[in-house]
Amino acid sequence: MNVRKSDCLVGYAESDAPLSVRLDSSVGALFGRKIKAGAEATAAEYGVDRGELTIIDDGALDYVVSSRVEAALRRAGYKKATAYGKNSGGKTHDVRKRHSSAQPWRRSRLYLPGDQPDLLPNSGLFGADCLILDLEDSVPPSRKIEARILARRVLETHQDFFGNAEIVVRINPISGIWGKDDLWELSAVLPDAVLLPKCESSADIDALAAELNTLEAQSGREIGSTVILALVESARGVLLSLAIAAASPRVGALCFGAEDFSRDIGARRTKNGGEALYARQAVVLAAKASGVQALDSVYSDTDDDAGFTAYCEAARAMGFDGVGLVHPRQIASAHRSFDPGADEIDEAERIVASLAEAEVQGLGVASLDGKMIDAPVAARARLILETARSGASRSNGRKN
Amino acid sequence: MKWNANALGRDIPESIDGRILKPFRGASPADQDGTGRARGGPVRPVPARGKPDKLAKHWDDLLDRMDVRSGETISFHHHLRDGDAVVNEVVERLAARGIRDLTIAPTALFPVHDRLVSFIESGVISKVEGSMNGAVGVACSRGKMRGVSVLRSHGGRQRAVQDGDLHIDAAFIAAPCADPFGNANGVLGKSACGPLTYPVPDSLCASRVAVITDTLTPFPCAPRSIVGGNVDAVLEVESIGDASKIVSGTTRLTRSPTQLLIADLTARFIETTGIMRDGFSFQAGAGGISLAAVVFLAERMRARGVKASFAHGGATGILVGLLEEGLLDAIVDLQSFDLEAVRSCRENNRHIESTPFDSYGPKAAACAASMLDVAILGATEIDLDFNVNVNTHSDGLLLHGIGGHTDAAASAACTIITVPSFRKRIPIIRERVTTVSCPGEVVDVIVTERGLSVNPRRPDLISRARAAGLPLVEIGDLMNDVRSITGIPDEPEFSDRIIALVEWRDGTVIDVIRQAL
Repeated sequence: MNVRKSDCLVGYAESDAPLSVRLDSSVGALFGRKIKAGAEATAAEYGVDRGELTIIDDGALDYVVSSRVEAALRRAGYKKATAYGKNSGGKTHDVRKRHSSAQPWRRSRLYLPGDQPDLLPNSGLFGADCLILDLEDSVPPSRKIEARILARRVLETHQDFFGNAEIVVRINPISGIWGKDDLWELSAVLPDAVLLPKCESSADIDALAAELNTLEAQSGREIGSTVILALVESARGVLLSLAIAAASPRVGALCFGAEDFSRDIGARRTKNGGEALYARQAVVLAAKASGVQALDSVYSDTDDDAGFTAYCEAARAMGFDGVGLVHPRQIASAHRSFDPGADEIDEAERIVASLAEAEVQGLGVASLDGKMIDAPVAARARLILETARSGASRSNGRKN
Repeated sequence: MKWNANALGRDIPESIDGRILKPFRGASPADQDGTGRARGGPVRPVPARGKPDKLAKHWDDLLDRMDVRSGETISFHHHLRDGDAVVNEVVERLAARGIRDLTIAPTALFPVHDRLVSFIESGVISKVEGSMNGAVGVACSRGKMRGVSVLRSHGGRQRAVQDGDLHIDAAFIAAPCADPFGNANGVLGKSACGPLTYPVPDSLCASRVAVITDTLTPFPCAPRSIVGGNVDAVLEVESIGDASKIVSGTTRLTRSPTQLLIADLTARFIETTGIMRDGFSFQAGAGGISLAAVVFLAERMRARGVKASFAHGGATGILVGLLEEGLLDAIVDLQSFDLEAVRSCRENNRHIESTPFDSYGPKAAACAASMLDVAILGATEIDLDFNVNVNTHSDGLLLHGIGGHTDAAASAACTIITVPSFRKRIPIIRERVTTVSCPGEVVDVIVTERGLSVNPRRPDLISRARAAGLPLVEIGDLMNDVRSITGIPDEPEFSDRIIALVEWRDGTVIDVIRQAL
């Protein structure tokens, strides 16, 4: 395997000789000393003082070097002697307190491949609502250990990388061999939300919720504070999506995964997505019936701007609250589609003004343009205004 | 050895190899001596009556005519970029003739020229004057050259050639199209490269001038960028280079999210501070961020109905598109980067070839760059005084030439440096740059993905940027923010030996580069 940009490859060889670090680094003249010191410190966390570490480095940051050294030692059979670190990355993270509504904005959720450190330091600069550290599909089986350690260490020391975004980790399926290990690795640095892929029944949610209860209690976090985002990407998942959405108060959103879904039902993917139409509508219904957000799938063709805009508009029209993204340049389009439009905001303002007027005059009922404003209309108008207000202050979009 | 501190506090030796060095005194000192006009060229024997016999029969014939001796200076241009075949060929053949101790004076070098390292090690090449990249730069940094090299910008090199500081004994001009008289251009032929203008000063001032072409046409060759009256010998060869590496097929916009973010902020700065207005002009390189900045700027120009009077610097298909769309009135071009730019240079009389004197001449009665409202440039390092390094990396290795950077920066009304705040692990902003290429007094704005910083010397830009609500940051804060991510790097180790001088456009020495250990 060739060393990638801003990453390093670490090997560990057992021996009786005192621990030595052999380093071949493109930034050796500037950071050689620090890299070796970091490697030695990580080895000390594992109580390892013998053997040889070989590091081939292309500008990896300290936490990446530590992660890769740790993975090499763990694979050699060593266990961590010291406790996992807590969040020292300078950021207190309570995304939900910033919004008066129960769930934060999720117009855009940007996937970050979990084993690629070079994408992490700037990930929070682009204004995505959610950043997803992905330990599942973007990480091959041979790198699952490396990825989960990297996720833990970045959450321990560099939550500042993620800006104002909601920090989400997509773990491996809870029913598989890796999911529980992913969660337990992150016990001291639980993210804002866990994205659970391949949800097939409410039992999956129950299993995850139970683990989170234990981990929150263990780490002194408020029980119930870690949100679950449920990803349905199969026929069974779609058909049971109502039960999945309602399985736990932790569930904040139901997400749809079009790629795996199409494969599961043996459909051919088409440009207009007709093969997934019922599935997407079902997900929206299940989500809204359960009072959670509905989030649509990613659009992989990053060169097709017009296609992506049309996709976002269609998703919004169907009732989705956001989409998945694979590249930051998709963020602006997504936000444009999922922000309330100017005419929606205008009308909402007028509705709320009429309601206030009616209340002042002691009338039981308010009306606008000759039509009665009933409770659902009033609630939606208030939500739009609240959404618009917090959107304007959070948007990274161009206003000049 | 006696040392003098220059205006930036860098110590410059009094003399090197018998040459008295003048320390840098500021970007535009008031009391400069100047002769604006190009001087007369070399003395040649008056030709006999009748048609001249300039066409050499083969390489040996050409080299006999050019009569290069050991210890002399030979020059090349870099319009053929990484597809060039002429530089290596000439040096190899001179080495085979036992010639040694040459000074080579290229306008730039590319990875294809890495082979010159073996000639450096064997003493065929003793130093480089002009520009150095890649393996040649590393070889120089490691002390493999016998002499002390000199790095100059395009404008600085033109001045040095004109003033006689850089005396060229033999200029070898690779030309995509030429006639046996020596007229040549770069827009026709199978290895077309666009403008053929970097070698113009060489053709005017070198003792002997050769044109090497792979597309020979009958006299008169038109158009002509090199004038045959300045040329002594012509050789036709099978190929002057690899066309696929001379220019690329098309230039694509970068996909890097960080680069796009910086480009977007740059375009926003240019529009909202009022620089972008009808008739304005700009220069941007062909690198990822610059190109993207031009694309985003063009979107804003379209939205506001603004047209630019001209764009300066290297041309790409993207710039050509804007010219043909009518968003630009002219391209003033020194180097074409893709096939579209070559085509436009050939066909469009508003795509204007420009020489180093026209564009950047420090002793010209103003140059094209001084007509610029804004220049968008890069850097390897920047310091808290806004000094810029484009020559060395933070490990001390010489890896880049200056190009038109300092000429543009010193001449344009607003100089913007666009950089990521760190590359791999290396912070771009430091307390003190490893090497000064360009002084902070001509650097106005730094744009990074973490915000932009305006030089305190420009309160006018600061207040406009603030009024526009741009993300202004103090450069010191930016440096510290990045250090909290990367850690503070150690300083690289150098020996005392000076391996290269960095000259300012006026020939004074702005910094020295020592051997990296």
